[in-house]
Amino acid sequence: MRFERREHRPLYLLIATPVIAVIAALALAGILISIAGAPVLDAYWRILTGAFGSRLSATETLTRATPLMLTGLAAAVAFRARLWNIGAEGQFYLGAIAVAAASAKLLGNLPAPLLIPLLLLIGAIAGMVLILVPLWLRLRFSVDEVVTSLLLNFIAVLFVSMLIDGVLKDPLAFGWPQSQSVSDHAMLPKLIARSRLHIGLAIAIALAIAVHFVQSRTVFGMQSRAAGLNPAGASFAGVPLGRTLVKVACLSGGLAGLAGAIEVMGVKGYVTTDLSPGFGYAGIVVAMLANLNPLGVVFAAIFTATMFVGADGMSRGLGIPTYIADVTVALSLLTMLIALFFTQYRIRR
Amino acid sequence: MTQLFDIIASAGLWAAILRIATPLIFGTLGALLCERAGVLNLGIEGIMTFGAMIGWLSVYHGADLWTGLLIAAVAGGTFGLLHASLTVTLGLSQHVSGLGVTLFASSFSYYVFRLIVPLANTPPTIVPFQPIAIPGLSTLPFIGPAFFTQTAPTYLAIVIALLMAYIIFRTPVGLAIRMTGENPHAAEAQGVNPMKVRYGAVIIGSALMGMGGAFLTLSAFNSFFPTMVQGRGWICIALVVFASWRPGRALFGALLFAFFDAFQLRLQTALSGLVPYQLFLMTPYILSIAALAIMARRARVPQALMQPYRRGER
Repeated sequence: MRFERREHRPLYLLIATPVIAVIAALALAGILISIAGAPVLDAYWRILTGAFGSRLSATETLTRATPLMLTGLAAAVAFRARLWNIGAEGQFYLGAIAVAAASAKLLGNLPAPLLIPLLLLIGAIAGMVLILVPLWLRLRFSVDEVVTSLLLNFIAVLFVSMLIDGVLKDPLAFGWPQSQSVSDHAMLPKLIARSRLHIGLAIAIALAIAVHFVQSRTVFGMQSRAAGLNPAGASFAGVPLGRTLVKVACLSGGLAGLAGAIEVMGVKGYVTTDLSPGFGYAGIVVAMLANLNPLGVVFAAIFTATMFVGADGMSRGLGIPTYIADVTVALSLLTMLIALFFTQYRIRR
Repeated sequence: MTQLFDIIASAGLWAAILRIATPLIFGTLGALLCERAGVLNLGIEGIMTFGAMIGWLSVYHGADLWTGLLIAAVAGGTFGLLHASLTVTLGLSQHVSGLGVTLFASSFSYYVFRLIVPLANTPPTIVPFQPIAIPGLSTLPFIGPAFFTQTAPTYLAIVIALLMAYIIFRTPVGLAIRMTGENPHAAEAQGVNPMKVRYGAVIIGSALMGMGGAFLTLSAFNSFFPTMVQGRGWICIALVVFASWRPGRALFGALLFAFFDAFQLRLQTALSGLVPYQLFLMTPYILSIAALAIMARRARVPQALMQPYRRGER
């Protein structure tokens, strides 16, 4: 048995790939559900209705999908240039705490039309600053950025923990480590009344479209793709590799930082160390499921959010641990990898 | 100053160093073996988590401690088989496959754990490995209590480090592994099957990672809790670079790292209230990044690391 490269990849195959991968992951997770003694189809039905069965649950799912779209975009733009930014989780927290700090200590009294864009920008910049550390280590000392960006996640969360235990601690939180709240007029407007869904969703989708445009229509997009496909060739062709990577990193870190800012300003209003249930890591799966396509990220994020939100209700009803959502999402990364392989190769005997 | 000296002069510190180093020794040796054969295994964090969980669960359900350790090794090897299938046979990105294995293995651990042990206020415990005093040596002043009253897996880790150094540099198997990591085409020309070598190295390396995780639940602690691996796997990946892919230096690196970690724990107690404790908790991660920055350029990376090998394809 050997593998042969496919000459051309039909479009239907590219669209079918993530669908097949998700179905395979759901089937594998189904085995785990049935081992736990629950009816598999009933479990999946409960996940679906739990995530979209009512107006409330549907808006909850989209609220949860919002940060996933942004961390998914962060991973997608970086991975396309073979910049292995695994630090979206830390960049998310830094973006979040920067917003809380700026609102509490500096800008809280500005009017909303000025304050909101300014805070979003500050969150994005905080994420950029964090990713520039591993990038600098890579360019200066040739250190693989996977490990450094990942270790920075732990450092960032501890840094946030230190701030909300100290200078940014909310004195009204009964001793709980939680940051001071952002001012009321810094909160993002709601998209739908009587729900938690905020305009962050619209911002995330707009950014996905913008990133798609940048990647497919601009010189920078072309350069970042070339840097990923063949760094030596790109460099020979006159692509400034270092500068391209810095731009890619800023875009990636900025999106992850923005995700944190938007989560604070859209949902919570303050920062705790459990603000993110792993949005940064789930973003990696979202990006892979989308095959690094910015528009695909929107749908992959909604799928992932569906699993997370739906699993809660399913867990309560059937007694299956909610971790089944994480398992399914991780499995879909693995099945997507395999499915992608078979869009590029066919088996020959 | 005298406080600092007291900390360093206490046998408790040095005993703690070996204890803290043990999971790192297992994990670093495992990652090192994979990378020597040319495969980066970022699945380590998840594999350690699964090893910790399944080792603990086996003992909790009546297996003896050594069987628990063995089961963790087999489970780790199974994840290694998965990673090898994806990266060696299919030639997929080692970065992404490893991250996939980590995400899957850790969430799968939590799922299985929660399925069998429902939420409780006090986590159920087991009776862990007890320290073994080595006859003759353990009675030595200072050195005895510090180095010769460890639990059995710690001694095992040190033996494996020395054994691996011997195998890699002094045996034909070691030569085959090194050649596969440097130049699989040349290895193939010498009659070595690079695919088999890579499979073997990744499976055995991942088994060691599983044992490193199991040490946490079977020896260092007596129960399992989510996120208990706390980045130790990633630190091991950094230690491999620090060790420049040499098992002896990996042992040294893990001990050095553990020294700083044990020291900061004690300094934290001594300075409690004066300095935020989070600063101390950051030190292992900052140290790992610093170690990478210092060593990365000088380190001799296996030349074929992360390059998929396909017969007859360049």
